[in-house]
Amino acid sequence: MISQNIQLDEQGRLKHFLSIEGFKRQHLINILDAAEPFANVHEQAVKKVPLLRGKTIVNLFFEASTRTRTTFELAAKRLSADVLNININTSATSKGESLLDMLHNLEAMHCDMFIVRHNQSGAAHLIAKHVSPHISVINAGDGCHSHPSQAMLDMFTIRRHKKEFADLKVVIVGDILHSRVARSQIHALTTLGVSEVRVVGPKTLIPAHIETLGVHVYHDLQAALIDADVVIMLRLQKERMQGALLPSENEYYHQYGLTEKKLKLAKSDAIVMHPGPINRGVEIASSIADGPQSVILEQVTNGIAIRMAVMSQTLGRSNQEPPKSKGGNV
Amino acid sequence: MTQISETSPEIDNTINLEQLLDKMHQAINKKIHHLSKEDVIMVGIHTGGFWVAEKLYQRLELSSPLGSLNISFYRDDFTKIGLHPEVKPSQLPSGLDDKHIILIDDVLFTGRTVRAALNEIFDYGRPASVTLAVLLDRGERELPIYADIVGQEITLKAGQQIKLSGPEPLALILNKS
Repeated sequence: MISQNIQLDEQGRLKHFLSIEGFKRQHLINILDAAEPFANVHEQAVKKVPLLRGKTIVNLFFEASTRTRTTFELAAKRLSADVLNININTSATSKGESLLDMLHNLEAMHCDMFIVRHNQSGAAHLIAKHVSPHISVINAGDGCHSHPSQAMLDMFTIRRHKKEFADLKVVIVGDILHSRVARSQIHALTTLGVSEVRVVGPKTLIPAHIETLGVHVYHDLQAALIDADVVIMLRLQKERMQGALLPSENEYYHQYGLTEKKLKLAKSDAIVMHPGPINRGVEIASSIADGPQSVILEQVTNGIAIRMAVMSQTLGRSNQEPPKSKGGNV
Repeated sequence: MTQISETSPEIDNTINLEQLLDKMHQAINKKIHHLSKEDVIMVGIHTGGFWVAEKLYQRLELSSPLGSLNISFYRDDFTKIGLHPEVKPSQLPSGLDDKHIILIDDVLFTGRTVRAALNEIFDYGRPASVTLAVLLDRGERELPIYADIVGQEITLKAGQQIKLSGPEPLALILNKS
């Protein structure tokens, strides 16, 4: 588990954003509150605010991503930062340069933030431990471990529809075993005080001892959906599956796919979420993905606001004295 | 010009806020009387400026809703003081292009807030004009900015701060920091 210390500076301010573990409820609430005004920036004729003007943010994606990488890039650009996208496949790491050597080179170019996605759990944490003190690191997904900005955009989306976390029953369905999103969501939901988190999936895709995180385990989707307020569907991560964990996609859809009939078991105002990309007809019926209870595209939009909030909080720190101007901005 | 005595912190009763608001109202009316009401948009700077704007908005009959401007994302000291986690979003009426904006703040001092507010307004559109109206002008500008309409000019001693509390009732609080 990642210790709290590395993510916060000496004054308790957000320095890196690597995992939900180690944050208290108020930290998470601060991020959600900070994201609210950023959700309106797209209403301006100029869809930008000048907060991070002059900062350089590097997208370091060692693993494929469309949504996460582009929303991080858009978030950085809407904050007026300069963004560098490193294409790892054609970079010098493929010529044998080590990860840390590459980082030190990027540091020498005076970058301020690394957004890191890697297929190895703990990669962003390792980078955060080795970068210069002024650099912030944000984890955009590491192996099966953590995807904290995705979890926070999901919490933001839930709060916009449901207000109070404490009264909610939240169901997470599918490939929990390989899902860093599910792990981060579980930590965020329990930290925010959600009364009941249910995880449901085939035995082969539920990690052992997950109950210790404070969730209820189900293997029957229908039973898990009863009275649910929020239903989160996960993608089957076939690229991470080794060996025969599933009989077939058809069989999976039959048992764990969300259909209109099954969704009726949840509360009538339940919302349906999915971190994307969705596999229609594998984990979710098209009529639900495109239906009135789906907030899947809202999640994408909210991802920009949450990432703007995390970036501006981590880079809006300084050890300098407050400005000498007479009382600041008056 | 009123000289304010050195006190810490207390409500200042030497200034009659209602009189200042009346004076500002008259000056704004004079400024906009030749314009069509639909072309005038009043915008208050969060939070004190918005409270003053609410009072003036009640006195004027404008058709456009009152706007509020939160300049937190446009401050010049962001990297020094960071971001307040509870920034309220700006609410500006859509379509600022070619409108006449009456920008309201409570206390004009260094001019940095107004600089930030102007930058933010121009990210929403290209107004025909911006008129700055402030309740108090305490001088000591750090930027080339002036107010078209001023309720009252005041002078404070070094280290003194004046602040509007509100929204109901509005009161001026003097603070010796």
